[in-house]
Parts: sequence; C-alpha cells; structure tokens
Amino acid sequence: MPSHRLSGQHSKKTNSQLDWLFVIPGAFLVLLLGLPLAALLFRAVNSNFWLYALSESALAALRLSLITSLISVAVSILVGTPLAYALAHWKFPGRTLTGLLIDLPVVLPPSVAGLALLIAFGRQGVFGGLLSMLGLQLPFTTLAVIIAQTFVSAPLYVRSARIGFEGIDPQLEEATYVEGATQWQMFWLVMLPLTGRALISGAILAWTRALGEFGATIMFAGNLEGITQTMPLAIYLGFERNLDVAVVLSVVLVLVSVALLGLMRKLDGKQIH
Amino acid sequence: MKRCYMIFMVLALLITACAAPTTAAPTATLPAAAPTAAAPRTLTVFAAASLTNAFEEIGNSFEGNNPGVNVTFNFGGSQALRTQIEQGASADVFASANKKEMDALMKGNFVITETSKVILNNQLIVVMPANNSAGLTALADLAKPGLKIVLAAKEVPVGNYAVQVLDKLDTALGAGFKDKVIANVVSYENDVKQVIAKVQLGEADAGIVYTSDTVAAPDLKKIEIPAENNIIAKYPIAKLAQAADAELAQAFIDFVLSAEGQSILTKWGFLPVK
Repeated sequence: MPSHRLSGQHSKKTNSQLDWLFVIPGAFLVLLLGLPLAALLFRAVNSNFWLYALSESALAALRLSLITSLISVAVSILVGTPLAYALAHWKFPGRTLTGLLIDLPVVLPPSVAGLALLIAFGRQGVFGGLLSMLGLQLPFTTLAVIIAQTFVSAPLYVRSARIGFEGIDPQLEEATYVEGATQWQMFWLVMLPLTGRALISGAILAWTRALGEFGATIMFAGNLEGITQTMPLAIYLGFERNLDVAVVLSVVLVLVSVALLGLMRKLDGKQIH
Repeated sequence: MKRCYMIFMVLALLITACAAPTTAAPTATLPAAAPTAAAPRTLTVFAAASLTNAFEEIGNSFEGNNPGVNVTFNFGGSQALRTQIEQGASADVFASANKKEMDALMKGNFVITETSKVILNNQLIVVMPANNSAGLTALADLAKPGLKIVLAAKEVPVGNYAVQVLDKLDTALGAGFKDKVIANVVSYENDVKQVIAKVQLGEADAGIVYTSDTVAAPDLKKIEIPAENNIIAKYPIAKLAQAADAELAQAFIDFVLSAEGQSILTKWGFLPVK
C-alpha cells in the first residue's frame, strides 16, 4: 500500500509482507498523538465554541499570551543571535559550559525553572534586594511572565541559530576576510542572509514554546486575569470552572500552534529543495 | 489477513492489560482481618489539598491497623479532583473541602450518596510571612493600598470561602473594604498550598487560608478572623461508585470518623464534627 522510494528496485509483494512491522507501531504512536487532539476538536465543535472563544477572559488571555510571547521572542532574537554566533564561531574559555547552560532549560521541567526564577528574582530572592533598590518587584507582574517565557524558549532559538551559523562553509568566511570585510560586515552581510531560515524557524519554535509556557509562569508570575493569566493558565483554571471553556481555549491554542508550525515547515521545505 | 490478525492481537493485549488491575482487586474479604495478605490491597483517596498533612498521617495509621493495605493519595484543589473523577480518574474515596463539589459528583452518580459524611469543620485565617514585612496587625490593614495579597481562585473552595468572609467583613468594616482588598490581589492560586507557599516565600504580604494550614506552617504570622465574620467549612467524604474495593473504602471512611481519626484531624488544626 505505501509507495516506497525505492519501490522500483524491489518487488512490491516481498515488501508489503514486512510492512506491518512499521505500520502497527507507527500507527500506534500516530493514534496516541492524534486521538486526543481529535477528541478535543470534536468536543469543542459540539460546544458553544464562539461563545467561549470570544468571551472576555478568553480574549484577555489570548491577547496577553500573544503580546508576552512576541516580546520574549524579540528578546531571544536580540540577545540570542550574537550568543549563537559567538558559540558557533569563536573559541573562548567557558564556551562548552555556556553551551550546556543554554541547552539546560530545554530539558528542565518548567516547575524547576519557575522555582529557580522565584528563588533568584523573587522579592525575598537572592537578587530580590538588588532589584528592589532599582524599584523592581518582579513576581506577579507581566514582566515576570515574559522572563519565564524567555527562560524556557530562548534556548530553542539559540540552538537553531547556532546550528545555522555552524553550517556556513569556513572557506566562505576566509574569502570574506580576504576581501577586507570587518567582523561586523561579515556577520551582517554574509552570515545573517545565509542563516536566515535557521533563525526564522528557531524563532518560530521559540515562539510556540513561549505560547505554551505554563509551569514557570504560574510559579513565578502567579495567575491574575489581564496581568499574568496567559492562555495555558486560563485553560488550567477553565478546566476546573467549566470543561468546555478549557476545551475551546485549548483548540484555539492548538490552531495557533499548528499555523506557526505550518509556517516553519514551509520555510524548512524551501531550504531543502 | 495477516495484518488484521496482528491488529487484533495488539488490541487484545491492550484490553487485557487495562482489565487486569480491576479484576484482581475485589477478591479480598474483610477489611480489618486480612492476615493472609496474599495480594496487597490498595486504596486510592482523592482529597482536598488542605487535608494533605492530616490525611497522610491518617493513611499511615490506617495502613498500620490493616497490614497488607496500601493507601495512595491524590491531593489537589477539590474542584480539580472533582473534574478528574468526572473524566474517569480511578479512585475509591473522595474528600472535598466543600459541599458543592461533592454534590456535583452525587448528581452525576459518581459517588454513593448514602456513604457521604461530614468529617470535619474548618475556618479561615489571614497569614503573613514570618517577617511580616508589610507590618499588618489588623484585618482592616488588608485594605491598605499597594499591598500584595494572594488568594485561591474563586473555583477553589478556599477561594470561594475567602470571598464570603470578605463580604462579611465588608459589612462589618465598611468603607469599601472588600473592593480595596480585591484591588490588592496579585494572584489567584490553584489550591490553598500554593497560597501558603507564596506567603512563606515572602512574595506575598498576606493570604487567606484555612486555620488548619497554619499548623504545618508555624512560622507564619497570623490575624484571626472573628467567628461572626468567619465561615465554617464542612468537609464531606464519600465512597466512589467505581471503588474497586468497596469494603476497604468504607473502612477508611469509618476510620476517619473514628476517635483515632478525629484526634489526628484535631492535631492538624481541624475542628472535629462531634
């Protein structure tokens, strides 16, 4: 049934005999991932979708989520791009350690991230006194939401950007220097255009992760409608108030994420072909 | 043909795997006298977050009295536990911090109505961090502008009780007390333990929690709420309709209501029902 890439070389009969070895385990995972999402969609369609999706608190949560995640992605790009470039092209003491530090939040449970942020930047935290002197109290603010999102999502951007920068042929670099380009010119005129797609797909990945951020946000920023209650938090509390609200909000978030991933796919596709 | 057979095999395996634990459990007999202890009997209790410390001790005593019995707990906001049960979470006993969630489960026939009993009473109190950095001394201070107050969300029983208390205090203290307090709220947490945590960490200046919660957090400063402005939270417990070991579930409920169970609850700051 499936069309194999090398089907011209094999007889179809011998192939399909072993197909089930791939089809059954594969189908199992596809169902595991697909069925819950299908059920979510099914339930949402059968409820007052627009009533809940357009309710005031849902829109407030969506607005807050979009604003905070966009800011955190912008921050990731601004500070992550130079870091990714340095990690890819410079040799400096602590480079391995920095790389490890960047990768760590990707695998850490978000609750650990939330607790660490609270212990560090909370009012009574290690750096809380310092921040207070600057007139900053982070917990329970929108800024705390952005910090939590950046903490968990920036590493995804840096990873992708770093791989992009590393993929550039060193000979091209040398050639640019030979032509008399400065470090800045080479970065701006050669590196950036060549890694554009890696940067954009990294940014989209970071954006979807920031949109979905829950654990670190609820621990570090708390939960207040319009200030710190992002979509994932609204979904969690909606789950307890009215399941249909949570289902509808989840579907909205799934649709936004699908759109973003689709966009990323399209960019990746262009790169390969 | 062969493919169909394999799919059938996989399905059959899955079904037997799912069915195994439920068929194994109900073979045991009397709850207290089970010295044979051939198969360990397990009991799953879903309980309000405020019951965490008390029920863990009760669970240990219950296990001590009944060798071979293993009690596991799932603590959380009663409203969350209710939703989990409604969505098919497997549990034997449910203890709620309010009547509302229990009533909802009764209506849906998830719990056995006749087994529902009130196990304890609880009241509310205002807590501050150990250093009381905002210098609060009276209930009226909660209305001071710029304070950071943390409550549980209105869907959580204690959050709902807190609103009731604020309503009562509003009439007693006047001058828009409730609105001013609500304006100071910086976060609505998912259960009472989260409120305690935010106050203990000193991130919040004050929180409204159960009096029983202060037993496990003796370092917190407190402001009592007078009885006439306070509420009495009644905690119901009930056996679930789907309880695999109905006898064991009933035995646990009886133990919570026994003198030993009630004394553990009193020790953890709850008010006994009798």
